[in-house]
Amino acid sequence: MNDLKVFWRGIFDENPTFRLLLGMCPTLAVSIAAGQGFGMGLAATAVLVASNILISLMRRVIPDSIRIPCYIVIIATFVTMVDLVMAAFVPALHQVLGIFIPLIVVNCIILQRAEAFASKNGVWRSTLDGLGMGVGFTLALVLVSAIREILGSGTLFGIEVLWFWQSFEPMRIMVSPPGAFIVLGLLIGLINFLSMRKA
Amino acid sequence: MEIKKLAVSSSPHLHSQNSVRRAMLWVLAALAPASLFAVYYYGFYVLVLLVAGPVAAVASEALILRLRRKPITAAFDGSAAVTGLLLALNVPAGASWWLVVMGALLAIGIGKQVFGGIGHNPFNPALAARAILVVSWPERMTRWVGPGLVSSATPLAEYRAGNLVPSHFDLFFGFRPGSLGEMSVFLLLVGGITLICLEIIDWKIPVSFIGTVAFLTWVLPREGQTAFFAGDPIFHVLSGGLILGAFFMATDWTTSPITKRGRIVMGVGAGIITAIIRLYGGLPEGVTFAILIMNACTPLIDRYTLGKSYGSVRGAA
Repeated sequence: MNDLKVFWRGIFDENPTFRLLLGMCPTLAVSIAAGQGFGMGLAATAVLVASNILISLMRRVIPDSIRIPCYIVIIATFVTMVDLVMAAFVPALHQVLGIFIPLIVVNCIILQRAEAFASKNGVWRSTLDGLGMGVGFTLALVLVSAIREILGSGTLFGIEVLWFWQSFEPMRIMVSPPGAFIVLGLLIGLINFLSMRKA
Repeated sequence: MEIKKLAVSSSPHLHSQNSVRRAMLWVLAALAPASLFAVYYYGFYVLVLLVAGPVAAVASEALILRLRRKPITAAFDGSAAVTGLLLALNVPAGASWWLVVMGALLAIGIGKQVFGGIGHNPFNPALAARAILVVSWPERMTRWVGPGLVSSATPLAEYRAGNLVPSHFDLFFGFRPGSLGEMSVFLLLVGGITLICLEIIDWKIPVSFIGTVAFLTWVLPREGQTAFFAGDPIFHVLSGGLILGAFFMATDWTTSPITKRGRIVMGVGAGIITAIIRLYGGLPEGVTFAILIMNACTPLIDRYTLGKSYGSVRGAA
């Protein structure tokens, strides 16, 4: 597998949200508006890349039997840094995302990449893997949250987009939890359908 | 003698004339009196809603079957039309036509076809769509009106508010505000009993469902009161969507248990949930959610009420 493939894989063939079905909790919980989805995606990407790099560097030092606690400590360190940085520079977004930033610690994508990839590969490839998975996760979150925001609030990134349709009445189920399940389910179905046709 | 009559073929030699299409046409016929009553009571505008529902449902079914590259004929087996009509019967008379069209699209698309079409849906499509509509556009789904489209409250809402409710006579014959299809208990019973006589639906679900609601609303005190055995079960049975739901929606073949005992469990369960929501819940009416919750339990109910086949040893399977 060449380096480019390592990067692209996370965006399409092994997209964490749509293909691996990892990180469902933030996908369902913070995809009410596209801005939130984007912020959450970037925060997770930052943690993912940083923890992949460090775990890859330390892969020969970490004893095999206690590797999971070690990974968690490393991931938690980066999550705390991201949490504090966001609180300092984007307080509004930090306020909206709330508990879901600390919860990145237990995000399955990050632990899965540490376990399945960074602990077995070099620094360069682990960085690419983290970037690809992070970008794939961010794109998926933005897609889900954009659909939910347009249908549920009539806006996109907080901007009125349905200006041509004055009588539009927001479909409020889209900004409530069932809407997240419906949109995610239909998108996974669509992507499976498209990839079946391609195969 | 014609040669055809002597043709040799394998069994079965006798076919019943039953088919999905025939059953669905009977269900439509059984719902017709109650639907026409809504037109008579509210005026011609509701005829638009009652036609828009089935037409939009059949059209969306045909469209989605086309996209799935399945034979389009399945859209005309009547099941989509029944779903569309039931959905239209579940909206208030003050609803807009687009609400019914949207609901029909959701019922067929998200309620039925995403799961694989007829026979595969876990939830009653019409009720699933109604639940989505209620959450999405709550103020439009509660635009209750009286004759001449004057706004008013449903008997259950009045009851909850502690106001005067219509007489049992008015409730029975349908002279009160409500969703299009839930008004005339009398006409719904005529249709429902016809379907039971034709063996299209089983009596067990409606009887156990309505019986449970009647019993619990008689025994249990409503919120804020303490006296037991002081309720008005006749009012509860006659108001809201109980009769429509018990006869026409809880009995849906796909989403109700297949075993005899299971059907009783389904009816009793739906009755308990309805009574609890009506007496203590946040909404005045609970039939929709009661049936949907029991739909979700249906596979489990079937599993635990399956009879023991003769000669088998329990636990040896």
